[in-house]
Amino acid sequence: MTGIDSVLASREMVLVAGSGGVGKTTVAAAMGIAAAARQRRKVLVLTVDPARRLATALGLDDFGSEPVEVDRRLLPGRARGELWAAMLDTKAGWDELIRRHAPDDATRDAVLANPLYQNITSRFVHSHEYLAMEKLHELHAAGEFDLVIVDTPPSRHALSILDAPARMREFFGSRLLRWLTVPYRSRLFTFASRPFYQVADRVLGSRFLQDIADFFILFQAMEAGFVQRARDVEQLLGDPRTAFVVVTTLETAPSHEARYLVRELHRRDMTVGAVVANRVVPAALATDEAAVAAEHLLAAVAGDPSAADEHTALVDAVGARLDAAPATVATTLAHIAERFDDIALVAGRETQRRQELADLAPTIALPWLDDDVHDLDGLAVLAERLRRPID
Amino acid sequence: MLAARQGRRTLVCEMDAKGALASAFDVRALQFEPTEIDERLDAIAMNTEDALREYLRLFVRVPLIGRIGPLASTFDFVADAAPGVKEILGVGKLCYEVRERHYDVVIVDADATGHVVSQIGAPRVIRDLVQVGLVRDQTQWMLDILEDPQRTGVVVTTTPEEMPVVETTELLRELTGRTGVHPCLVVANRVLPVLFTKRQAAVAARLDEVDDLLVEAAGPGVSTVLTGARITEARRRTGARHLAKLRRAVAELPQDELPIVTVPELLTRASGPRVVHAVADSLADELTGAER
Repeated sequence: MTGIDSVLASREMVLVAGSGGVGKTTVAAAMGIAAAARQRRKVLVLTVDPARRLATALGLDDFGSEPVEVDRRLLPGRARGELWAAMLDTKAGWDELIRRHAPDDATRDAVLANPLYQNITSRFVHSHEYLAMEKLHELHAAGEFDLVIVDTPPSRHALSILDAPARMREFFGSRLLRWLTVPYRSRLFTFASRPFYQVADRVLGSRFLQDIADFFILFQAMEAGFVQRARDVEQLLGDPRTAFVVVTTLETAPSHEARYLVRELHRRDMTVGAVVANRVVPAALATDEAAVAAEHLLAAVAGDPSAADEHTALVDAVGARLDAAPATVATTLAHIAERFDDIALVAGRETQRRQELADLAPTIALPWLDDDVHDLDGLAVLAERLRRPID
Repeated sequence: MLAARQGRRTLVCEMDAKGALASAFDVRALQFEPTEIDERLDAIAMNTEDALREYLRLFVRVPLIGRIGPLASTFDFVADAAPGVKEILGVGKLCYEVRERHYDVVIVDADATGHVVSQIGAPRVIRDLVQVGLVRDQTQWMLDILEDPQRTGVVVTTTPEEMPVVETTELLRELTGRTGVHPCLVVANRVLPVLFTKRQAAVAARLDEVDDLLVEAAGPGVSTVLTGARITEARRRTGARHLAKLRRAVAELPQDELPIVTVPELLTRASGPRVVHAVADSLADELTGAER
């Protein structure tokens, strides 16, 4: 079995999903490097990169929603393909959508100028997630890239990325929209909606309701375009050319979320290319051999308690070799041995989590690196590690 | 828990209904009606529909108890779409508890970083968007409570990692810029304790050179033990760097004197009442230190 390369080689779109803070952006970039360096393809990494760190790591000053090419000479080895990067901009994305779907200029301008517009678009129907999918669809349709890797926006719930297109469709078909807009159009209150309006009126004030209704009447004019597009986007997610890569750490909460996400993807017949377990400590830390060594080390430092003020043979030998005070050597080694339990506990838990994930989907582990990845060299190391065989 | 221990009637409220608060206290799923956790300590879970019911009962006096049933789901839609409605019902409920003095202190487990500004800022948004109506009339007393630093403060919690620190820095700026609510404390959670003194660290860094001695004394597994120490130390160092970045960012804020306290990483268990107690202990220590 091969590592991530076969997943990347067989797809045109890869969505990188997972809970916030697990390193999605970094893994997405590393996969981009893997594909561009080892496959003769034109690769785009579409990212949210709120820390702007990826831009720096890729050797770019900054980049916006327009794709920018990463200097090929900076890619590891002799890169055979191209790597491009672009940023996901929700506000600009929405404006673009409105421009595309508005039936006429008057509607377009009215929506863009509506005071509720910005407030609403930034919050409803998971608009970040939807915009990411929408952008993916646009890029795919344009056919400019062989592979698009999308670093999905952090969300409170990993599934919202899958539900976003359906929610967008439902929103346009919802009773809410009809109830909000119909009475003001026909000025005819149906019997069914009367109690609702009584409450809504008292709570919100009719003026506010009118504002909302005005906005949604405008919005409804764009229904056909939006609904069709949302359906296309939804289809793209289930397309055989699309695969998901679920990134997680092996801490309890993120890996729980990752398992849930993988199961949901399976249930929806979507492809899980791989699970990437990020920042994994070596499994060897959880072995008995290591635990026994920690105990022996402690004993060899402490020595015979009756000879209280003398250092043990080990301490003296280490001190002599390193030219360090025996007392410092003794406390250092004792600390290391005593605190080993903590990291062994972490490793033990991680081994369990990793097995649970591997039972569900092909899993690749990326090691915990001594520092955050902040340059191309670091990304190249990860790209290389992604190549290793999958569990 | 700390507030309750100190003799104050305390209400803890979870806003996002994920159930994390219930598992932290090891109780059954929390409701809109208070669950007693401990002496002087109650917990609730926010629920927009229940908040609406209570609101209607208390302020609008609409006799809708029976009829509101089918309306509730529709209301959910409206609350989703109309800016700030859901938030203001939640925030309103909490402010109500403060105003009525049912509790001495109300602690809110607010929305995640990206959402909290719109949550806390809801009364302002509503005040600016809605010209007339009951909701508008209701916002002023909430703002009086929320924007009074003597009564309301935001405790911003983070971990010493890159993204959380960046988000926290942005959140602090936004809170100051876009809402009138005052941050009062920054808590850095899961901070790894210092393992070595400088001299010890120097020795630890060179232990590879005496590998043979260590293997002889403790067996072949000893190199793994050293790896463990190296990783632990590297994790701590990375965390310390992010923590330093956080301190610098906080120092640059216009607001003076925003204390930062740290809570150590508890490796043994991730959640549950024992963890809550342990965190309360270390917060108590840190806060006494911060006052001094």
